[in-house]
Amino acid sequence: MSNLNINVHHVTRVEGHGNIVVNTKNGEIEECKFEVIESPRFFEAMLRGRRWDEAQHITCRICGICSIGHTTASLNATEAAFGIQPSEQTRLLRRLLFHGEMLQSHILHVYFLVAPDLLNVGSVVPLANTHKDVVLRALRMKKMANEISRILAGRHVHPCAAVVKGFTKLPAEGELLSIKQQLVDAIPDVEATVDLILTLELPDFERETEYISLRHSEEYAFARGEVIASSDGDETDIQNYRQKLKEFIVPHSTSKHARANRDSYMVGALARVNNNYHQLSPMAKSAAEKLGLKAPCYNPFMNNVAQIVEVAHCVEDGIQVVDQILSNGLKEEDLSVEVKAGTGVGAADVPRGTLYHEYTYDENGIITDANCVIPTGQNYANVELDMRALVPLIIDRPQEEIAHLLEMLVRAYDPCISCSVHLLNVRFV
Amino acid sequence: MKPKVGVFSFTGCEGCQLQILECEDELLSILGLIDLVVFREAMDKISDNYDIAFIDGGITHPSEIERIKKIREQASVLVALGSCAAIGGINCIKNRFAMDDVLQYVYGDEAHYFDTIPARPVDAVVPVDYYVYGCPAIKSEFLHVAQSLLMGVEPQIPNYPVCMECKIKENVCMFDKGKMCLGPIIRAGCDALCPSYGSGCEGCRGLVDNPNADAHKDTLQKAGLTVEQLMQDFTMFCNYQLEKQNE
Repeated sequence: MSNLNINVHHVTRVEGHGNIVVNTKNGEIEECKFEVIESPRFFEAMLRGRRWDEAQHITCRICGICSIGHTTASLNATEAAFGIQPSEQTRLLRRLLFHGEMLQSHILHVYFLVAPDLLNVGSVVPLANTHKDVVLRALRMKKMANEISRILAGRHVHPCAAVVKGFTKLPAEGELLSIKQQLVDAIPDVEATVDLILTLELPDFERETEYISLRHSEEYAFARGEVIASSDGDETDIQNYRQKLKEFIVPHSTSKHARANRDSYMVGALARVNNNYHQLSPMAKSAAEKLGLKAPCYNPFMNNVAQIVEVAHCVEDGIQVVDQILSNGLKEEDLSVEVKAGTGVGAADVPRGTLYHEYTYDENGIITDANCVIPTGQNYANVELDMRALVPLIIDRPQEEIAHLLEMLVRAYDPCISCSVHLLNVRFV
Repeated sequence: MKPKVGVFSFTGCEGCQLQILECEDELLSILGLIDLVVFREAMDKISDNYDIAFIDGGITHPSEIERIKKIREQASVLVALGSCAAIGGINCIKNRFAMDDVLQYVYGDEAHYFDTIPARPVDAVVPVDYYVYGCPAIKSEFLHVAQSLLMGVEPQIPNYPVCMECKIKENVCMFDKGKMCLGPIIRAGCDALCPSYGSGCEGCRGLVDNPNADAHKDTLQKAGLTVEQLMQDFTMFCNYQLEKQNE
């Protein structure tokens, strides 16, 4: 039996820095890990002493890709701490804004980061020559998504208008109509994306695990949830997230790992589709059927398919949300806030999974304690167990092919490494 | 010969690299004019031989000092992309605490395993040729700098305050709304984005070269705000500049 010695330094086409290390001897796995080597940022420590209205502007800088997700979780946490219930108008605008980020993140991931693997090229750059229509479609869809964020919050990366209780600027009716038109115009691109994914072959690999996401009785849970839902059947109040999720430190990772009911769990698009399939829009369900994604699905590579299903959902649901906002009519709302001492937990199901922010405020609205639990960190333990299950199945293949498949597996999770190590660092030895 | 370009990330949120990918209308033209050889976030590496280096993120770990020096040796032109790289930015809030304290707060008993240094911008370690400011880096400014480098001309970066652009946009002044704003002393070039969206300038593009601090103080007084309130906001992005001033 051959011995493997795989060491992929700085996995490319992921957000942040990580290495894959696999060693086998006589067919037995001796070492199998995903090393996270991203530098630390210490956001929780930095938040101490900052004002309540600075919190979302600081924490959105944890991650450029899920900036709106961090903003939303942060606002949810501050509102929970102050006992504020946002208005229906604010909830609808946040839902639409969130769709903008979900769309841009999923499109970026599937087209720019994953598709090159399936088309056997090193990046999206050569595709501009060989598959120009595909690249132009990706750019068109990304632009549409970013336009939603720009109109509602100023920009996608680090939004400025989303604040506690609402928005410092409301969109004009014409701008909302423009968002709706762009979403309607994007439907053929969504269909073409589904057709593209149908032609690509995803690795066939299954490993059942625990899937965790938010859940809300009124909508497919993205920007808000009522409970933390597990595929094992239990539900947990968001404020009790520390009881459900156990974070732990492993020596080879600057990011904490996590477990819940079992040794590992998965968060992200596949977990959400598995847990909340019934709340997807009709177009999303038909995309899922066409792509052969049947919940529950245990193939982590299908996370990319789940992302496309969510793209369809965001486009269709976004159109409805715009209609709802327009029929309600937009009005300037009172954004004054009465600060009070206390602790609040806020969660959001961001592109890569469930994100938690928790802040403790003093009576002046100054943060005295902060904690953030990031989706990618929650997935690491599951990624490693997937690698352990996958390696024996492919161990007879050439080493390069094994390394490539493992890279694809890591990429399928859409890891946001810089996000996950907002607080930890590794020592190089 | 097309110039070879590398994009490198240090400590940050990688949002500035994302801004490059968000030049949706221009991306294919740019890729036609350059050879992109390193851009880990978007592609497998092609070569370590590059002429122009764009640096995203700041320096916060001992290993990053050696890494940025190597990149500087290779690159004939080095551009700091965005606040963390250009002015220190948000990473430097950490410097307000002792390094032992932030380590202890985050790691508790495991603190001794880890290492961190006070955060700093790229030009605290190696010379920087050009700067693209903003958190995130402003797309139009990135395109302007990239275009200037390709054409061999000097990029023109605003050295006047955000107020200028805010006036042109006919925004109601934040101070008239009783809100804090750093616009009077912060470098323009963002088209006064935050004030245009009803939110005071947070200073992400850093100070202009000669800020008129006295006039800003007068404006604060008239709006019933204090210098202490201003300094709290100022430390969000400009803590490094404050440290240098206080040295």
